[in-house]
Amino acid sequence: TEPDDISREEKRSLSLGGHVGFDSLPDQLVSKSVTQGFCFNILCVGETGIGKSTLMNTLFNTTFENEEASHYQNGVYLRPRTYDLQESNVHLKLTIVDTVGFGDQINKEESYKPIVDYIDTQFENYLQEELKIKRSLFNYHDTRIHICLYFIAPTGHSLKSLDLVTMKKLDSKVNIIPIIAKADTISKSELHKFKIKIMSELVSNGVQIYQFPTDDEAVSEINSSMNAHLPFAVVGSVEEVKVGNKTVRARQYPWGVVQVENESHCDFVKLREMLIRVNMEDLREQTHARHYELYRRCKLEEMGFKDTDPDSQPFSLQETYEAKRKEFLSDLQRKEEEMRQMFVNKVKETESELKEKERELHDKFEQLKRMHQEEKRKVEEKRRDLEEEMNAFNRRKMAAETLSLSQPLKKDKDKKK
Amino acid sequence: MTTAARYKSRVFKSEDSEDKQYVGFATLPNQVHRKSVKKGFDFTLMVAGESGLGKSTLVNSLFLTDLYKDRKLLNAEERINQTVEITKHTVDIEEKGVKLKLTIVDTPGFGDAVNNNECWKPITDYIDQQFEQYFRDESGLNRKNILDNRVHCCLYFIPPFGHGLRPVDVEFMKALHEKVNIIPLVAKADCLTPNEIKKLKDRVRDEIERFGIKVYQFPECDSDEDEEFKQMDKELKECTPFAVIGSNTVVEARGQRVRGRLYPWGIVEVENQSHCDFVKLRNMLIRSHMHDLKDVTCDVHYENYRAHCIQEMTSKLAQDNRIDSPIPILPLPTPDAETERLIKMKDEELKRMQEMLEKMQQQMHEKDTC
Repeated sequence: TEPDDISREEKRSLSLGGHVGFDSLPDQLVSKSVTQGFCFNILCVGETGIGKSTLMNTLFNTTFENEEASHYQNGVYLRPRTYDLQESNVHLKLTIVDTVGFGDQINKEESYKPIVDYIDTQFENYLQEELKIKRSLFNYHDTRIHICLYFIAPTGHSLKSLDLVTMKKLDSKVNIIPIIAKADTISKSELHKFKIKIMSELVSNGVQIYQFPTDDEAVSEINSSMNAHLPFAVVGSVEEVKVGNKTVRARQYPWGVVQVENESHCDFVKLREMLIRVNMEDLREQTHARHYELYRRCKLEEMGFKDTDPDSQPFSLQETYEAKRKEFLSDLQRKEEEMRQMFVNKVKETESELKEKERELHDKFEQLKRMHQEEKRKVEEKRRDLEEEMNAFNRRKMAAETLSLSQPLKKDKDKKK
Repeated sequence: MTTAARYKSRVFKSEDSEDKQYVGFATLPNQVHRKSVKKGFDFTLMVAGESGLGKSTLVNSLFLTDLYKDRKLLNAEERINQTVEITKHTVDIEEKGVKLKLTIVDTPGFGDAVNNNECWKPITDYIDQQFEQYFRDESGLNRKNILDNRVHCCLYFIPPFGHGLRPVDVEFMKALHEKVNIIPLVAKADCLTPNEIKKLKDRVRDEIERFGIKVYQFPECDSDEDEEFKQMDKELKECTPFAVIGSNTVVEARGQRVRGRLYPWGIVEVENQSHCDFVKLRNMLIRSHMHDLKDVTCDVHYENYRAHCIQEMTSKLAQDNRIDSPIPILPLPTPDAETERLIKMKDEELKRMQEMLEKMQQQMHEKDTC
């Protein structure tokens, strides 16, 4: 068969006789993508006040507008904000998603859910777009999260239980880079121990964090050395302090000045290098090729799609889709029938109940009527009795009266005698 | 003026005895001092707050000792469902002949689990238990050697990483503010610049007032104190909650060896007043207000507990109509005649109703047996 022939044909390398010019392909790609503009989405997870907004401001050297969050939110909710940035001729559509209220509740068992739901929703939106018949992926605003910066509080001991639970829920859905926030409160020796403890806890609990890629020789060296510095201990600041004859971004304390861009003070420069200058594109790729594909596969499998049917012939998505649709429609019809049946039954039931009640009422009415008539009869009887008595009494009275009337006559008669 | 100097100026000096009008009871303070040194003091301090806020380090710094050798910290995984424990460390320390039996009550696990509903319950239970223990001992027959394990002070550590008090902080303090003296502290203050510290302190003070939390109040200083002392006292009060830093290590700073934290950008000195409020806390807690904390615990918190306990008991006993308790009932304050009469009436009514009930029950019983 044809496909096998083509694959068995050997690929031959040819040498070129001169300069053809397809070495400009990367440049063409670059210029196309520059025209399109880039899009990058960062999710910042960390407790209220840990320095998420300040770090974003410091990373991108600008002030994203932000109100201070309160500690008294009822739950965790995500706040995405999109900004258009430009550097030389490159446009970046940056979305920063903040987790408001994270870590503030007394019961944090559900805290990870809104975050996982948000990430899944972005994947779902993309999937829906991909499955559309008329789709426009080239100008789709991709809101899938490319990187999750997880802010660890600088306790100096280990991860918090909430951190462990949350990162485990997120590691299969998004690239995680853990960072130690407000690192100017940890001394060098404590920091070394803290980093080791955190990494060992992540490893022993099977949390997969993002590894800077080492397969590309151009950046493998720097990436592998950076991998060893995780988690990055960062300090953020937008205030400027004069140090020597320079003005740098720093935090001024009574005992010294912590310079944000000084590599012996904190790992901010490393984070910026890795996140923005070296691996931004790889993060986008990983999100699409790994995390999104995993989501898509799980979702479709849930819906019952398979790559091959029972006969191991490749299925086309359309066929499966049609089959699914038919199934779904028949299901729907069946359910409708059921509900209609149920409704009819219920109506019958209620009808019979009502009839029964009606009959009862009727009976009662008859009964009452009879009682009433009975009562009436009795009363009538009594009345007649009473009348008779009255008549009798009247007769007696009259008799008595006539007697008394006749008496004086008698007396008179007697007198006359 | 240091506290020691203030005290000395009040102590009776022997030159005054030359005065012929002199009676001599001005020596009483000396006698009190002497006896107390002989008896020794005890103090129970509780520290509470989430893991990793520097509680143990601060205690070590306060008492210049290492109370927490070889302690085991749990992993994050083990902490997911952790319950709060209460652990006690007791040490005897001595300074210039004055002995102090110091007990530190620790609350490992507070606020560390994922679900922290009522995580303060073991703590309130512990405090109540100590009160109950003392109550029993106090009401017992042999009161010679009562051990006072009541908690005299609770240092509550507020994380400096947030914008103020969090719900768990508010709930904890509200559950404890009528049982123990609470002193809130801003922990790990070396993560905040002076401006940020001021903002956070104002915020916390506001929220404490807004939520009606009764933290420990410093007593008003007497009007006959000197101005310097009054000024110090005022500054102390405006400085709360104290922003503290602790350290287990000694570093070299400005030619001296001090307790501090070494950073690439500088050295934080624990006892430097421009770096943090550690000195203020130590002076307040140990050097000037330790005894007041004990007094407030005895006179206010314990008395509240005791009164509440007795009222509950007597109301329960009136219902039960049985005297069956191990603790002798102390006489209630005498009610006035009117209430007594009413009480008598109600009592008689109750008795009558009980008799009727009994009769009815008997009748029913007879009916059943017939």
